Amino acid sequence: MSWDWQVFCKNTLEGTVEATCWAKGGDQTYLEWMLQAWGWTLSVAACAWVVAIVVGGLVGTMRTLPNSPIAVRIGNAWVELFRNIPILVQLFIWYFVVPKLFPSMRQVPGFLLVVFALGFFTSARIAEQVRAGVQALPRGQRYAGMAMGFTTAQTYRYVILPMAVRIILPPLTSESMNLLKNSSVAFAVSIAELTMFAMQAQEETARGIEIYMAVTALYALSAFAVNRVFAFIERKVQIPGFIVAGGTGGGH
Amino acid sequence: MKKVLLAAAIAAIAGGAFAQANDTIAKVKNSGTITMGVRDSSGALAYTLGDGKYVGYHVELCQRIIANLEKQVGKKVDVKYQLVTSQNRISLVSNGTVDIECGSTTNNTARQKDVAFAVTTYVEEVRTAVRANSGINSLAQLGGKTVATTTGTTSVQLLRKHERAQNVNFNEVYGKDHAESFLLLESGRADAFVMDAQILAGNIANSKAPADFKIVGEPISVEPIAIMLRKDDAAFKKLADDTLKDLMKSGEIAKIYDKWFVQPIPPKNAKLNLPASETTKAAWATPNDKPAEDYAKK
Repeated sequence: MSWDWQVFCKNTLEGTVEATCWAKGGDQTYLEWMLQAWGWTLSVAACAWVVAIVVGGLVGTMRTLPNSPIAVRIGNAWVELFRNIPILVQLFIWYFVVPKLFPSMRQVPGFLLVVFALGFFTSARIAEQVRAGVQALPRGQRYAGMAMGFTTAQTYRYVILPMAVRIILPPLTSESMNLLKNSSVAFAVSIAELTMFAMQAQEETARGIEIYMAVTALYALSAFAVNRVFAFIERKVQIPGFIVAGGTGGGH
Repeated sequence: MKKVLLAAAIAAIAGGAFAQANDTIAKVKNSGTITMGVRDSSGALAYTLGDGKYVGYHVELCQRIIANLEKQVGKKVDVKYQLVTSQNRISLVSNGTVDIECGSTTNNTARQKDVAFAVTTYVEEVRTAVRANSGINSLAQLGGKTVATTTGTTSVQLLRKHERAQNVNFNEVYGKDHAESFLLLESGRADAFVMDAQILAGNIANSKAPADFKIVGEPISVEPIAIMLRKDDAAFKKLADDTLKDLMKSGEIAKIYDKWFVQPIPPKNAKLNLPASETTKAAWATPNDKPAEDYAKK
């Protein structure tokens, strides 16, 4: 078994090695194709992340509202619905089952489908973290807001959520990294992302080991970058005395 | 995915560790066993009935070869079945884990550097399946249409080359496996499904309404499929080739072909209805082990 890293400089049409690893005239090398696939992976993950944070934040907050049992129930239903079905199955429901019921859904591009499927799936998990974060705060925080004459919305906006979000940053980091890795399901609805590139390119080149190593490295690199970005945010938003890093937690 | 990686890694390590004993006949004589590499869903060429049972046209041809091998070594040989995938089959044959691979491997020049092939027993044509009422009858009508194919197959590359050469443009959609690609066609997300003819035939035969689909158009590519053996093992290759040539000469191979590709086959007793193509018949008439490159349009 010998290594053949030149495989990345091969033209995807002819299989000839390009001198610069960049093809000319509308052709592509496997390296260019892989970078493009990486772009798709990152785009899917980034868009789905936005959906997940917005929806997850809203639903999670809804589940902690005082005196609104209906909102709490809707939030619970949302979480249980999207949390209990495997992501790949959810994707197929959106892709094959929903268009059968509503033919107009067939026009929706695969990219949007996968963004919303991944976004909703992750939103359920983030909602659960937001709820846990809010409920981890001492009850006195809410009363303090009321004593100041804040409305419920203001209490959440100025007191509860800023504290809760700081508490849940570590699990949110994991969830964001998971989202990036889960984006590999997108190949199942024809998004030409890294996993699809790996499966296809190893078939074409018969150099599966090099291809999979490169793709693995890109996934690991991307996930680690997410981790670092969150670590930076965590440091930046730290409040002295509240959640002491490396300390025993708690505190006022 | 993980399994593939693991298998590839193991194969890579094993490749370095195994001494290259390229005398399969002696090996079988000493051990009394032979390991047959098989596939679990390569259409009628090789597939599983579950429960560790593997059948198909190539599996049966390999059993004929092993019967002759038993005569030559003068004792009963115990056949072990080893499931292989597209990713690991070459490594497992060249490192000695598998002695004879009976699946759906295309004989091409790149692979001939690592392994040897018996004479070609099946010629695969990549063709197009469409819904019978679609009015599509040729590749030329696919411009601007949505074409499905399966991720991780040579068809993806063939389509890419075809678009380039003919200057047409399809919208490609990719199923994660053949069943899903066929679902894309069935559900109307795709207008055509481009794949090996026997895989198309198998999917159509197993669909809810086989009459709703048809296989049309000229082949996009023609590829010789053969039984794979270890490289530089002239004696075993000769035994395999002679067995197959005898079947070809006597017309027996056509009967075996008919059994798998035309008659109902287990487990569902569905019929593929795929009579031997002219190119396959030509390969039987003049047995050869030419690589795919020799079949490419001149």
